[in-house]
Amino acid sequence: MSDVAIEAIPAVETPLRRFIADYCANRLALAALVVVLVLALLSLLAPWIAPQNPYDLTQISIFDNMLKPGERSMDGNLFVLGTDEQGRDMLSAMLYGLKMSLFVGAASTAMGLAVGVSLGVTAAYFGGRIDAAIMRLVDLQLSFPAILIALILLAVLGKGVDKVILALTLVQWAYYARTVRGNALVERRREYIEAAQCLALPRSRIIFRHLLPNCMAPLIVIATVQVAHAISLEATLSFLGVGVPITEPSLGLLISNGYKYILSGKYWVSLFPGLLLLFTILTINLVGDHLRDLLNPRLKT
Amino acid sequence: MSATLEVAGLETHFVTRAGVVKAVDGVSFSVDRGQVLGLVGESGSGKTVTGLSIMGLVDAPGRIAGGSIKLAGKELVGLDERGWRTIRGRKIAMIFQDPMMTLNPVLRVDTQMIEAIQAHEDVANDVARARCRDALGRVGIPSPEERLSAYPHQFSGGMRQRVAIAIALLHNPDLIIADEPTTALDVTIQAQIIAQVQKLAAETGAAIVWVTHDLAVVSGLSDRLAVMYAGRIIEEGPTAEVLTRPGHPYTAGLLASLPINNPRGRPLNQIPGSTPSLLRLPPGCPFAPRCGACQDDCTVTRPPETRFGMDRRLRCFHPLEASA
Amino acid sequence: MFAFVLRRIGQSAFVVLAMAALVFLSVYAIGNPIDILLAPDADQRERDEAIARLGLDKPVWVQFLTFLGNLAHGDLGKSFVFGSDAVSLILGRLPATLELAIVALVLATFIGIPLGMLAGLRSNTWVGRTVMTGSIIGFSLPNFWFGIMMILLFAVELQWLPSGGRGPTGKLFGLEFSLLNPAGWPNLVMPALTLAVYKVSLVTRLAYAGTREALLQEYVRFARAKGLSQTRIVGVHVLKNILIPIVTVLGLELGSMIAFAVVTETVFAWPGMGKLLIDSIARLDRPVIVAYLMIVVGLFTFINLLVDILYSTLDPRVRLADAGS
Repeated sequence: MSDVAIEAIPAVETPLRRFIADYCANRLALAALVVVLVLALLSLLAPWIAPQNPYDLTQISIFDNMLKPGERSMDGNLFVLGTDEQGRDMLSAMLYGLKMSLFVGAASTAMGLAVGVSLGVTAAYFGGRIDAAIMRLVDLQLSFPAILIALILLAVLGKGVDKVILALTLVQWAYYARTVRGNALVERRREYIEAAQCLALPRSRIIFRHLLPNCMAPLIVIATVQVAHAISLEATLSFLGVGVPITEPSLGLLISNGYKYILSGKYWVSLFPGLLLLFTILTINLVGDHLRDLLNPRLKT
Repeated sequence: MSATLEVAGLETHFVTRAGVVKAVDGVSFSVDRGQVLGLVGESGSGKTVTGLSIMGLVDAPGRIAGGSIKLAGKELVGLDERGWRTIRGRKIAMIFQDPMMTLNPVLRVDTQMIEAIQAHEDVANDVARARCRDALGRVGIPSPEERLSAYPHQFSGGMRQRVAIAIALLHNPDLIIADEPTTALDVTIQAQIIAQVQKLAAETGAAIVWVTHDLAVVSGLSDRLAVMYAGRIIEEGPTAEVLTRPGHPYTAGLLASLPINNPRGRPLNQIPGSTPSLLRLPPGCPFAPRCGACQDDCTVTRPPETRFGMDRRLRCFHPLEASA
Repeated sequence: MFAFVLRRIGQSAFVVLAMAALVFLSVYAIGNPIDILLAPDADQRERDEAIARLGLDKPVWVQFLTFLGNLAHGDLGKSFVFGSDAVSLILGRLPATLELAIVALVLATFIGIPLGMLAGLRSNTWVGRTVMTGSIIGFSLPNFWFGIMMILLFAVELQWLPSGGRGPTGKLFGLEFSLLNPAGWPNLVMPALTLAVYKVSLVTRLAYAGTREALLQEYVRFARAKGLSQTRIVGVHVLKNILIPIVTVLGLELGSMIAFAVVTETVFAWPGMGKLLIDSIARLDRPVIVAYLMIVVGLFTFINLLVDILYSTLDPRVRLADAGS
């Protein structure tokens, strides 16, 4: 813009500390991170903090069904967020559902990362035909929307938590593979890799100690956003009836249950799980969005 | 009669988190009709910001903080955006450094030329187009009619700069600000462009402010020279006098570092150090830390502007003897 | 240009072929195609007929060629549930889905681009920050839940709009379109908005990033130096530059809209091909699933091809680069 010279402020902190300070400078992002951690903690503690175990049939009573938020059962239990058609406490069901949603999201992302990174590094490191074959597959997969691929996979595989995780893994891996390959190709041409090769270091060491750490920043950003995406996708699939089974409901399945009662104005069965789901996805996205701003060197001035 | 352009005490400041950057700090000069002023300085000296200030194109966080810019006696500082818009392109035109970047890549040349005419005059498309074709012909672009329908990327760098010049001349402006328009071009093309601008300015009588870091470019082109350093003009005068008998040690240093003034085989003369940060200027003369002739008083107060010789101005406590 | 189009068509054909192979493998190699393609209550005669028709007694590659041949003829079996040809069943539902997707796409464009440009022009004010934070919310909204909440608000509580179904339609070339019949518009509003909301966020962010980048370019400064009005600079110089990436992305998104219509159509009982797919999955009506898959693959590939060609006509640089090669 202008030709005004402004000297850089000398960096005295370590990169990590600097990064943490930079992250915390954005209050919205900081709040989002805190909320994500609190939500994760709540879901882990669900068996201890939930008013009831919503899947223990001895604890729920069909006579308490469809109570409005704030109503009490006949024996005096308070249902802050109401009950569903089987007399289940919505708050408890949501805490358990959150656990399932987060678990599916995190597990599928972790598996997708493992598969994608392995294939991406393989493609970049070996090049040639292996590279071409893997990348063709990536292109093919990425040219079709995730929802469609997951839907078809589940239509073939059938319901089940494990199958949902598998489908979401297969949906995700291509993103990581492409990112890792792109970054690794750039890094591979750097002098330090040549130096490492001249030292005759073993391949695995070059890959894991030199190549991979340099691909971390974009991977973290994508993986964060993908967790949110996976949670949303799982909820959608469950709503469509091809996701998690009715015995282990996620937030999406809870909403789906409530959908039946919407036309009769019984809003709470789908409103509250939906709000929790939105809140979960939103806060993860906010964290990912801010991470992207921080880790994208192009935006740094 | 007043000069075409009179700049007096111009101050342009950028408010940043680290402090206020005085990119232009009390700059004064004037250019008459048909005259060329060479505004010379290193990057960071404030010469580009000076040019942009005259166009009213300083972007936030920058702003004109003081002084006056008069075009044919009419004050421009304090104009609102609407007022500036009637001046820009019509009274004052600007040619930018990199012709690869100044033309919009997705719009055809005729679109970009016709809109420049229609921004100021209410003329029909075909009339405007005919004028654009003539303008392209005037700047030496072959088969202008066909080139009008082309996209910028179909032109070479030199040809694009000719298009930019043609656009600048569409309204026969009183003043042209040329911000290093030849820096990005090959040497042979540079000479052609300079000759072209000289010829066209002579024809139309426009005044020119030629901003550059290259003394060699302006030496054969400008009537007067103004040398900028750290946001101020440190020396100003007729080109021939400034070049042959520089008064400021910085001007002398610039001249000495031109390869043409150095005997073969010996290392090039250079000015030690680099331009100071405008955020942390030394209390005295900003050039003092790099100056070979620096004395005690130079580091205490800023040298004021003084008359020097017949027709020259200088900001230096200890002007070089040779010029006296 | 011609060589470019030809090359792209070749690539598209490859994609279709690869997907056909994948579908073929998952139907024929992994499962038993008789079970997949014939109704469970089919008798022995029907089974023998199908074996002969599909060539299941022949080697795999012959079967694949037969599959491709049948595909070329538009023959992918009969629906168990409806008893009619699966392909024509889906094609009959296609206009409803296409209409929904295109209306949503248009909504996304006309809401997203102005919002994004506004945010880009005012990026350091509360306006810009609000729009950009809002776009993250739009990204995060679970689509089906948003639809359900719209029904709750506008259909159940306020009773302004019908809760689902397609409503009255008008006919054009024998196809039914809601847009042609104003009485059908209320039915279109909520599904289209629900489908659009994610894309609005996407377009907003693209327009925002594009505007910010364009504003820093020298050509914007040069345009200002010519004395152009802000309206002209933003409306022509900036808009034309950001339009290219947005059109490209939106074109590619039309495909994902059609896929995502599955969700919207389920929520609003919109009688499109997505709803048909979900119903078919629930009823294990596999020929329809296979036919849906192949039609969507074909549609996608066609859209991608179209976008590429459109892109090359929009961006003069791509056009020229290709003419040179």
